[in-house]
Amino acid sequence: MTDMAHAPEAHAAEAHAHAEEAFIWKYVFSKNHRVIGIQYYVTAMVMALVAGLLAMLIRLQLAWPQRDWGVLAKLFPMGYDVGGGFGVMRPEFYAMLFTMHGTIMVFFVLSTAPVSGFGNILIPLQAGARDMAFPFLNGLSYWTFFVGCVVILSSFFVGAGAAAGGWTAYPPLSALKGAVPGSETGQTFWIIGMVFFIASFTMGGLNFVTTIINLRTKGLTPLRMPMTLWAMFLVAVLGLLAFPALVAACLMLIFDRHFGTSFFLPTGLVLNNVPLLGPDGKTFLHQGGSPLLWQHLFWFLGHPEVYILMLPALGFTSDILVTFARKPLFGYKSMVGALWAIAGLSFIVWGHHMFVSGMNPYLGMAFAVGTILIAVPSAVKVFNWLATLRGARIRFNTPMLWAVGVVSLFISGGLSGVWLAQSAPDIQLHDTMFVAAHFHLIMAGAALFGVFGATSYWFPKMFGRMMNDTLGKAHFWFTFVTYYGTFFPMHYIGIAGHLRRIYDPYQYEFLKPLQPINQLITISALILGSSQILFFVNFFWSAFAGKKATENPWQANGLEWTTASPPPHGNWPGPIPEVHRWPYEYANPDFPKDHVMQHEPLTAAEMEVKAAEGPSRHEH
Amino acid sequence: MSSVADSARGSGTGRSETGRHPALVHHFESLPAQKEAATLGMWVFLVTEVMFFGGLFLAYTVYRNLHFHAFVQSSRHLNLALGAVNTAVLICSSLTMAMGVHASALGRRRGTVAWLLLTVALGSVFLGIKAIEYKDKFDHHLVPGERFDAEELHLEGDEARQAQIFYALYFAMTGLHATHMVVGIPIILTVAGLAHRRRFSPEYHTPVELTGLYWHFVDIVWIFLFPLLYLIGRHH
Repeated sequence: MTDMAHAPEAHAAEAHAHAEEAFIWKYVFSKNHRVIGIQYYVTAMVMALVAGLLAMLIRLQLAWPQRDWGVLAKLFPMGYDVGGGFGVMRPEFYAMLFTMHGTIMVFFVLSTAPVSGFGNILIPLQAGARDMAFPFLNGLSYWTFFVGCVVILSSFFVGAGAAAGGWTAYPPLSALKGAVPGSETGQTFWIIGMVFFIASFTMGGLNFVTTIINLRTKGLTPLRMPMTLWAMFLVAVLGLLAFPALVAACLMLIFDRHFGTSFFLPTGLVLNNVPLLGPDGKTFLHQGGSPLLWQHLFWFLGHPEVYILMLPALGFTSDILVTFARKPLFGYKSMVGALWAIAGLSFIVWGHHMFVSGMNPYLGMAFAVGTILIAVPSAVKVFNWLATLRGARIRFNTPMLWAVGVVSLFISGGLSGVWLAQSAPDIQLHDTMFVAAHFHLIMAGAALFGVFGATSYWFPKMFGRMMNDTLGKAHFWFTFVTYYGTFFPMHYIGIAGHLRRIYDPYQYEFLKPLQPINQLITISALILGSSQILFFVNFFWSAFAGKKATENPWQANGLEWTTASPPPHGNWPGPIPEVHRWPYEYANPDFPKDHVMQHEPLTAAEMEVKAAEGPSRHEH
Repeated sequence: MSSVADSARGSGTGRSETGRHPALVHHFESLPAQKEAATLGMWVFLVTEVMFFGGLFLAYTVYRNLHFHAFVQSSRHLNLALGAVNTAVLICSSLTMAMGVHASALGRRRGTVAWLLLTVALGSVFLGIKAIEYKDKFDHHLVPGERFDAEELHLEGDEARQAQIFYALYFAMTGLHATHMVVGIPIILTVAGLAHRRRFSPEYHTPVELTGLYWHFVDIVWIFLFPLLYLIGRHH
């Protein structure tokens, strides 16, 4: 008790010390988890803006490929044939657009905002820790990420432009400098940018795992952790195990590009109709390498990476749904088990990206079975969410709308996943717009909606203010309708044979009838893109001038709601609260109020029940 | 000097400036808790390192299967004597590192510094021998690229150029391993400097332990590299 007596005094002294801290150390090179999380988040927003604009250019091209875009030609002289006033996009520019759109969105936006952004903001708050385990490493991780962003963005301005070999950087396109213009310096920058990103993600992951394992407050047993905390833990484990394989692959790719090795370069390469011969002029320069090795290493990362994007959104959704349904989460343990199952299976299914690579059909079958198995834990999650919502008096505000949106996208994107998981249909659908539709709905869409939901839900803990609900709802409905409007028709044109990475689809007779659908998709995508202005306005306006938030504006139960909005340095001014129950104690008839927070001690009646049940059952 | 019990009593608030060990940062309750977190962090980092080297070991496995004969011939051409000496040197450096950690756990300052410096010396010997081996490969045109010449390996045609992949892997894997040692040596020197300035005590010597973990990991990687690169082709 003496500690409690002197704590406020000591804290005041510390607060004083912090007031004197220079701006640069407090907000720029900060070691505070919340500041670092917001830095990640805002940087990801900037990257999203860039990648989103690239997507708009892609859509314009697919709808009106041979049109003369005078204005765009002035803005991007390198991408449009301006000579002779002819503003038609160049094919290599188109290849660069989809490559960089994918790279930036997957790694620098959708891995960053939910994981590094919200992970840093939420993990110490939900776990009951004063900060992440290694604050210096955390700050270093952000600035490493920042350098990666600068490298990736600057690749647009080097010699022949940014990388254009697809976001998967398959060799030989990515390994031979002369393959496409982007394979020169642009691809080198791509590799360097990725290595910085992975280094940053590894430092972040070390912090996540260590904090969640070692710094949980007293009483927060694993089966009392909120779903978001579980998701963050598993995401960190996935990232730590999967990303190093890509570093190894990038290392070999650099050797192939700059030091004359043949890790990924097979015998018999012909570049621009000239065989690549060695100094003797008879044998090929590159021999014996295998481009498939890159594909295996890339997708060994690439598939867990999909779940690195998805799992946080699944965690956010569980937490948000429960709060606004005012009901306990249905099947908590099975939800945790489903996360583990998804995370575990994600490591043994990467081959389903390579069904057309000529792999052994029996191997393909093994990968197909593993992939279809993922439908089981995914369905467990969906049914548990629906059961949570069943019969609830739902409060439909902005975070709830986004959470329901995640459920919707998770179902519609997941169903096409079951098609693609099987090698026979996949061989037909591979590399068509069907695949683009599938992963934009589930991996990109669900992750994006999860981030939007989390932003409006945890905004009080980020900035101490509420986001505007009306603007938020308008943003949701515009985004929701146009998101489906953009990506749902892609299923249809994909089945019709529309290729995924094609500069001008209408050079083929059989794709000409699809142009009106492509134009509809493009109009929808343009509205989708412009609706995001609503979000940017709401975000920055609310951060500075929004309504001040109380400690627990949503009447939720987690530990993050037991401290001020925004939390002070060290997160709790007094002692860290102890946890006595699970985070989903809503509508318990034994209590007069409709929710009981995690740190509220057990009542006498609950103690009796617990004693009667024995020590093995400690929650619910 | 505060004791562990003092810090533990401050649990929950973790605010008092007095009575706290200078190495204990604000968000940990006690030194043992801080040490546990740091140790876990190091182990997790080493797991990512295993996965990183794993990518290269996978490449090795794939290409050894694809180009078996070229790999056997190339493997036999590595300098077994130098490789074996280096293995012994590295194992000794792990022993001296372990002795250093042991000395710091007992609070023996001079012993810690001496053992750590000996570890650095052995690490440098390893890198020196590695440099001699690398130079030899350059002299004999066994570095992948346009100048690569497989004549000495008694390989012809396609196999001659496939041997490049073995040497590419040899340089990539041993080079990456050597890079880890080049990173490790200044870290050990820094820790030795801190030990010399009496920063460590039996209750706080986490940096020595973690550096030890890292060094042993680098050692273990070599224990796998040596047989896979130098020994495995000898019996054919």
